[in-house]
Amino acid sequence: MGRTLTEKVLGRKAGQDVRAGEVVTVSPDYILSHDNSAAIIKEFGKLGVKKVKAPGKIVIVLDHIVPAADEKYAQNHKSIREFVAEQGIPNFFDINAGICHQVLPEQGFALPGLVIVGSDSHTPSYGALGAFAAGIGRTETACTWATDEIWLRVPETMRIDMSGRMAPGVFAKDLSLKLIGDHGAEMANYKAVEFAGPSARDFSVGARLTLANMSAEMGAKNGYFAPDDKALKWLEGRARAPFVAVSSDPDASYESVLPINLDGLEPQIACPHTVDNVKPVAAVAGKPVNQVLIGTCTNGRLEDLEAAAAIFKGRKVHPSVRVLVIPASWLVYREALRSGALAVLVDAGCVILNSGCGPCLGAHEGLLAAGEVCLSTSNRNFRGRMGHRDSEIYLASPATAAASAVTGRITDPREFS
Amino acid sequence: MSHGIVWKYGDNVNTDVIFPGRYTYQIMTPEEMARHAMEDLDPAFAAKVKPGDVVVAGKNFGCGSSREQAAACLKAAGVQAVVAKSFARIYFRNAINLGLAVLQSDEAVDRLETGDPVDIDLARGEIRSAKGTFSFAPLPASVLGIIAAGGLIEYTKNQLKEREMEEKQE
Repeated sequence: MGRTLTEKVLGRKAGQDVRAGEVVTVSPDYILSHDNSAAIIKEFGKLGVKKVKAPGKIVIVLDHIVPAADEKYAQNHKSIREFVAEQGIPNFFDINAGICHQVLPEQGFALPGLVIVGSDSHTPSYGALGAFAAGIGRTETACTWATDEIWLRVPETMRIDMSGRMAPGVFAKDLSLKLIGDHGAEMANYKAVEFAGPSARDFSVGARLTLANMSAEMGAKNGYFAPDDKALKWLEGRARAPFVAVSSDPDASYESVLPINLDGLEPQIACPHTVDNVKPVAAVAGKPVNQVLIGTCTNGRLEDLEAAAAIFKGRKVHPSVRVLVIPASWLVYREALRSGALAVLVDAGCVILNSGCGPCLGAHEGLLAAGEVCLSTSNRNFRGRMGHRDSEIYLASPATAAASAVTGRITDPREFS
Repeated sequence: MSHGIVWKYGDNVNTDVIFPGRYTYQIMTPEEMARHAMEDLDPAFAAKVKPGDVVVAGKNFGCGSSREQAAACLKAAGVQAVVAKSFARIYFRNAINLGLAVLQSDEAVDRLETGDPVDIDLARGEIRSAKGTFSFAPLPASVLGIIAAGGLIEYTKNQLKEREMEEKQE
């Protein structure tokens, strides 16, 4: 019986042959944290050790509230910068880098076969490049800084077997929402999700990042694509370390296999207040929106900004709508400047914000008032997440977001093609 | 063994409604966190919850963000345990790492309602109420050491000390 990618990656790290269900202790390749490093530093201080065990493995990216929105956030950032200097942590990205889940892949930390843990629930994103990547909490991150070790249960794997081809106007985000809508927000709780099948190779690295990112909303421990030629090519000139690309064996054991044909897939939208409350966009078309957010770790990459720009070109944001655009990283920001996408967005009337998480988690930069409706390309629409508890969040693709921004109402983007 | 009353909620109670994102990057004391517990799900909870009370919920409790305050705020509010049909994985780890009991029992969730008095016996693995006694799945052996130490910080501290002693002996 063969092994899944997850069994192979964790087994190699643990130095033994492992199967789903076993618990292993491993030394991770990278340990990610962001603005919550300030709280992690406080926990680390309780452990009675002065130095982190492996400073080169710690990656800190300031992205949640950048630049600092008030004195408290400023103090947090200051304490993180001081700790980074004190501990000699080489991999620190300040407020002009971007969202950690974009920065780690594009800076060559997210590599096939690596084990990456992060104190953020969307850490599974790095599975897009064939890494094992899972989210952990603050206390656990502090302890991993001190010990360079973490215990992990090897998860069972659910294989999403993708066939067919998505039509124009339909994107990876629509696929992720369709899966979550059909199978529920805990469809993959505690599990690994493997995005596979004959259509897997058609997905760009950006689209893979969207799907691996959204596996967190399926409850997954990790979500991944097997690293193929497309992934390896993307990594050329980026990879910071040598790596061994592994994939699941043909006779690997899967807990379940979910077939999905992409041929007839329509644009999807998650309605308030859960990510699994999904309908075709057409079913809620016409609902007025007050704010549109295009960006975040789910959909803030160049191809996302360009999909939006294709719709905004020669058009204007509807006067009753505010559009916030957040390139996922400064690299994306510069690429979108060069490609002309940002000029199109600005000319249409969009507000461009600094690369970061923006209002997605409800801390700053465009929060919602009572009764307001936001259509966002982010990953969560929980009650009160982006502001007042009586506001509403709909989740969709950048194309649906742009089409809706132009009309002022939820709109199927295929009307603009 | 300790007792309290039940606060019952539904499926997919997420970390944003347990502890809203607008507070997550403002470092707070446990007492301050307790004041915002369940704020966007049940605004009356924080003022009325008593030490020893039990949160009962359906599937996928604690889904969403990895924010540890969603476990810390309930512990600080005096909640002795969360009983659910299932937990989101990061929440499950966070709760154990902070010493908040997270117990799985379909039957208890189906039968118990808000206001029911309950006793929880962690050692015997039982939830007792006027509606019956419900047993819960024992926690995996791998996490019992962490709970026995009183949470991951204490556990890790002990581990680090032991290693230091070993290194000195060598």
